[in-house]
Amino acid sequence: MPQLETFYDVMRRQGITRRSFMKYCTLTASALGLGPAFVPQIAHAMETRPRTPVIWLHGLECTCCSESFIRSAHPLVKDVVLSMISLDYDDTLMAAAGHQAEQAMEDVIREYHGNYILAVEGNPPLNEDGMFCITGGRPFVEKLRHAAEGAQAIISWGACASYGCVQAAHPNPTRATPVHEVITDKPIIRVPGCPPIAEVMTGVITYMLTFQRLPELDRQGRPAMFYGQRIHDKCYRRAHFDAGQFVEAWDDENARRGYCLYKMGCRGPTTYNACSTIGWNEGVSFPIQSGHGCIGCSEDGFWDQGSFYERVTDLTQFGVEANAGEVGMAAAGLVGGGVALHAAVSALKSAQVKRQEAASEEA
Amino acid sequence: MKDTTADDEPIRSTSIHQARPDLDILPASRLTGDATAEDLESIRRRTSVYVYEAPVRLWHWINAAAITVLCITGYLIANPPPTMMIGEATQQFTFGYIRFAHFAAAFVMTIGFLGRIYWAFVGNHHAKQLFILPVWNARWWKEVMFELRWYLFLEKEPKKYIGHNPLAQIAMFFFMTMGITFMIVTGFALYSEGLGHGSWADRMFGWVIPLVGNSQALHQVHQLGMWAIVVFMIIHVYAAIREDIMSRQSMVSTMISGHRTFKDDRPD
Repeated sequence: MPQLETFYDVMRRQGITRRSFMKYCTLTASALGLGPAFVPQIAHAMETRPRTPVIWLHGLECTCCSESFIRSAHPLVKDVVLSMISLDYDDTLMAAAGHQAEQAMEDVIREYHGNYILAVEGNPPLNEDGMFCITGGRPFVEKLRHAAEGAQAIISWGACASYGCVQAAHPNPTRATPVHEVITDKPIIRVPGCPPIAEVMTGVITYMLTFQRLPELDRQGRPAMFYGQRIHDKCYRRAHFDAGQFVEAWDDENARRGYCLYKMGCRGPTTYNACSTIGWNEGVSFPIQSGHGCIGCSEDGFWDQGSFYERVTDLTQFGVEANAGEVGMAAAGLVGGGVALHAAVSALKSAQVKRQEAASEEA
Repeated sequence: MKDTTADDEPIRSTSIHQARPDLDILPASRLTGDATAEDLESIRRRTSVYVYEAPVRLWHWINAAAITVLCITGYLIANPPPTMMIGEATQQFTFGYIRFAHFAAAFVMTIGFLGRIYWAFVGNHHAKQLFILPVWNARWWKEVMFELRWYLFLEKEPKKYIGHNPLAQIAMFFFMTMGITFMIVTGFALYSEGLGHGSWADRMFGWVIPLVGNSQALHQVHQLGMWAIVVFMIIHVYAAIREDIMSRQSMVSTMISGHRTFKDDRPD
């Protein structure tokens, strides 16, 4: 393996002062929730450790993850991490194209076998032998398997790679399949969202490059520091939820007052993400702050959960569009009616029996 | 059936109810141990059988109250009441109290249910009926069909039972034993979302969320579970009152006093 520059070398080469570098380490430590004691540790790792190469693949996707990533709020994170990644392979962002680009990927796979991180944006469609997504002249699923073989870990960027997203929505004609169902023998970190928040993406990659290990993951393989809580848990409108103050209709007085969007189908209570803490576009806003409910884009199968304005999914199994509440109430009504009818028949029947008995006694 | 022994000889027994050890009494109820030997001895001597011990009765009513609170508050959580403007959000906690009542009642129900499971081990024979369906017993199935026919007005007269009749036992098992378990597991999985990653609820029940798919799908099945229990409640209350009137034994008062009394002295 050729000698690689350290992170610190790359930063200094880009004209970043030592002072700015220490600021970056402090910011990273706090973004990762590590506390000030970890700042020297991060600085030390960045000064001494050769940087880890990253291959960034694009499958069936819309590139919104990349668009989000390059808008990371902290310029240092963007410049440093992005420049380091584009040095190796990212077919959307890299300067090289065609055979040269594919050659660059092959070089990384060969030279850093077992040491590089594979970041996957999008997912492979498996129907028709993967013909629904061709990159570099061959099915993406083959490229993915090839690149994953020598990777030390895989990052699944976005809802596509993590869960399947819109292309895997019912009936999923191309059989778009999340990465972890295709690659089963590598550690995979899932960073869902459509797209994920830029700072979450840079935070995850910085953590992995700095500490050479995956951050703490939750049960679904998501970094717990960003996906450990629901949007609802840290929502600034939560006080209105607890007070029972809701927006009843779009543009009503309550909407102007900034009340809770629960009744408008906000999915904050069922969505794990960091939007309500980190925000979007350098922390400017996030959907709820701009007056629209969360659509739950970082949840498994969010396209198949019915309308974005209902918190309860329609149950298509019943043939008509009805949700759990309607089906339940109909069942209870039906049973209640049945019980009333049964009671009436029972009463008539026993009255009849009594009359017969009386008649037989008289006779 | 007419009493024929009285004609032959004068009654010498000191008890009011004359012992008839030769009589094959309550054959349907003896099935699956619903009527134990002690019960049969008891009914030869008394007009009632002690069925539901105090902890079972206590559990029944606490459970009923908790489920009522859970259904009402659960419905309100899914369909919140109209916005109330009592004061600023800092002074108002209406929806919070509704959710608190739901969680508090859930804990009461869960602890009660655990206590009820414990009582199935240490209590009398009837305390076990809720947890085991004797599906391997062909005769039991026959009695299920009989009870079904009684409810379809195809039988003139129901049989006597000390504990639950077989049809009621099926309903109790699926709607209560299984239903409550389902609601506890899905409910605490939802509760774990509020307590957060790494909490005790997350470690014990968090696995349910990815199993069902996602949080929203879990909310949905929890809601459907509530309606199943509402359906059971309607049938249960109706059947208890109807049986109290039309069957040959006590029903409602049995869950208050614990004693089953019979309206006639026929053997089945």
